[in-house]
Amino acid sequence: MQKAVPFSGLVRADHALIAEMVTPRSRVLDVGCADGALLHLLAETKDVDARGVELSREKVNLCVTRGLSVIQGDADRDLADYPDQAFDFAILSLTIQATRDPKTVLENLLRIGRHAIVSFPNFGHWRIRAQLLFSGRMPMTPNLPEPWYTTADAHLCTIKDFVDLVALVDAEVEDAVAFNAKGQRLPIKRSLSLQNLLGEKAVFKLRRKT
Amino acid sequence: MGTSSDTGTSSGIGATSAPLDGKADQRLSEVHSPSSRVAVFPDDAPLKLESGQLLAPLTIAYQTYGRLNADKSNAILVCHALTGDQYVADVHPVTGKPGWWQALVGAGKPVDTDRFFVICPNILGGCMGSTGPASPNPKTGKPYGLDFPVITIGDMVDAQVRLIDHLGIDVLFSVIGGSMGGMQVLEWAARHKDRVATAIPIATAPWHTAQNIAFHEVGRQAVMADPEWRGGAYSEVGVVPKNGLAVARMAAHITYLSEKALQGKFGRNLQNRATRSFSFDADFKIESYLRHQGSTFVDRFDANSYLYITRAMDYFDLEGAHGGKLANAFTGTQTQFCVVSFTSDWLYPTRDSKAIVKALNAVAANVSFVEIESDKGHDAFLLDEPEFHATVRGFLTAAMAKRGLSLGEEQG
Repeated sequence: MQKAVPFSGLVRADHALIAEMVTPRSRVLDVGCADGALLHLLAETKDVDARGVELSREKVNLCVTRGLSVIQGDADRDLADYPDQAFDFAILSLTIQATRDPKTVLENLLRIGRHAIVSFPNFGHWRIRAQLLFSGRMPMTPNLPEPWYTTADAHLCTIKDFVDLVALVDAEVEDAVAFNAKGQRLPIKRSLSLQNLLGEKAVFKLRRKT
Repeated sequence: MGTSSDTGTSSGIGATSAPLDGKADQRLSEVHSPSSRVAVFPDDAPLKLESGQLLAPLTIAYQTYGRLNADKSNAILVCHALTGDQYVADVHPVTGKPGWWQALVGAGKPVDTDRFFVICPNILGGCMGSTGPASPNPKTGKPYGLDFPVITIGDMVDAQVRLIDHLGIDVLFSVIGGSMGGMQVLEWAARHKDRVATAIPIATAPWHTAQNIAFHEVGRQAVMADPEWRGGAYSEVGVVPKNGLAVARMAAHITYLSEKALQGKFGRNLQNRATRSFSFDADFKIESYLRHQGSTFVDRFDANSYLYITRAMDYFDLEGAHGGKLANAFTGTQTQFCVVSFTSDWLYPTRDSKAIVKALNAVAANVSFVEIESDKGHDAFLLDEPEFHATVRGFLTAAMAKRGLSLGEEQG
């Protein structure tokens, strides 16, 4: 009989990038933690106090049976219940585009965590731009596989849009990484426009301006 | 803590009662000399109740399963619900039925008695050997009846603290309970933060709502409307308010199920007949089922205990007791919580569990929360619910690993 292994050895590219941004032995809240893969990674490699919030009942149960501290809830409704600065890092991984109110969610993340780490699919990627330009239809890519009428991603944005929102909520960017489909960091460090064109996904580490 | 003695059986019967039928005799014998272990706390160490009254002597009847490890770090306290008792995982001495939580507790079960030392006391106010309204009043030698002081969930927990002290256990690895048992779990976590490593409140609520109180009041009025109740002094004359208690149980039992479960199990099916009888017999299967539930309940439960325990539940309001802010109950807690609710439980619905979770989040407590999909209503927590059991097993196993707990090993 095969031994039950909680997670596969494969680490998602954005998870690896997020893990690099997290300080060891810190307190982490992963909002939209799905099956707990990132929490597990952070607990194993960074020895963090890992907590999660997840909407799907099945996934929450899976996390708890794996020994992770996860509650059923959603980013739009339940973040308000957390006190200020309860965590060192509040993480929202590939979820912000599916929230009802991304601005309030981001504000809550910055309130709950001393740092917020947010990853999202970049709607400014050239392939998406090209699809919209040439086909005249809502783009569908491996990152955005659902048609417009079933997708939960109601609030897609580009890297530039996100940077604007960060400024709007009075936060500052501590670190930002764009990466391609293979999870490789883009070498272009300086140019926001190039990252916005070539990055398929982005990870931002933020904090509130003091 | 005063000196206490731990004997196989408690002291003899306090009041003689007129002979009833066999089952009732058996039940009364469990009140006075339970089949389980008992801890007796004598007069010089009275229990100070929330009402301000003092209660002595105090007897706590309890069962244990498994083995306490050398550093006493593997103890799990199981708190029972309204009509439960200490026989969580072995045969009930009166009914002969299996333990009420045998699905969850036992060797190799999620609460694994091969790994944990499980303690399950009969609650204060109960009728299976712990001090309650059926116990002899030391002042009169007769059963307390309505002279028994009104108790609270907090009082039940204080009585359990006596037992845990008596067993020499400092920190409980876990406190687990469903329904009213869950209320005790919450009180433990609120009152004894440094003595509860993990807590699993299941299908429970941080307060009793108007609807909860309403159902209990119906049950109490049914008991008290039975002429055999005799102002609570029924056992002095050797009778039992069977009809009233049975009606109370029937009404309560409905609240433990779900409409879907009732409809699925009984529908409009008739009981042992082809057509309606045009009488008030139990034509319908559901009627027959409820009558059976009522009549078997009176064989094993004391009517006054039912009044006192339902009262304690009605008085439960962890938010009110903490300045109107539930989070205050858990300020500074280091306990790891696993809150569980069931989708079809309308007695203590998921929103009650969410209120607990919200309060725990507000104090940045370590909490997991799982809502289990089930159509079995409130009773789901007692039944074979694989997802629920997997959750408890996973949570406890992970907590064990986190605390470096293993049998026979010193805790670091």
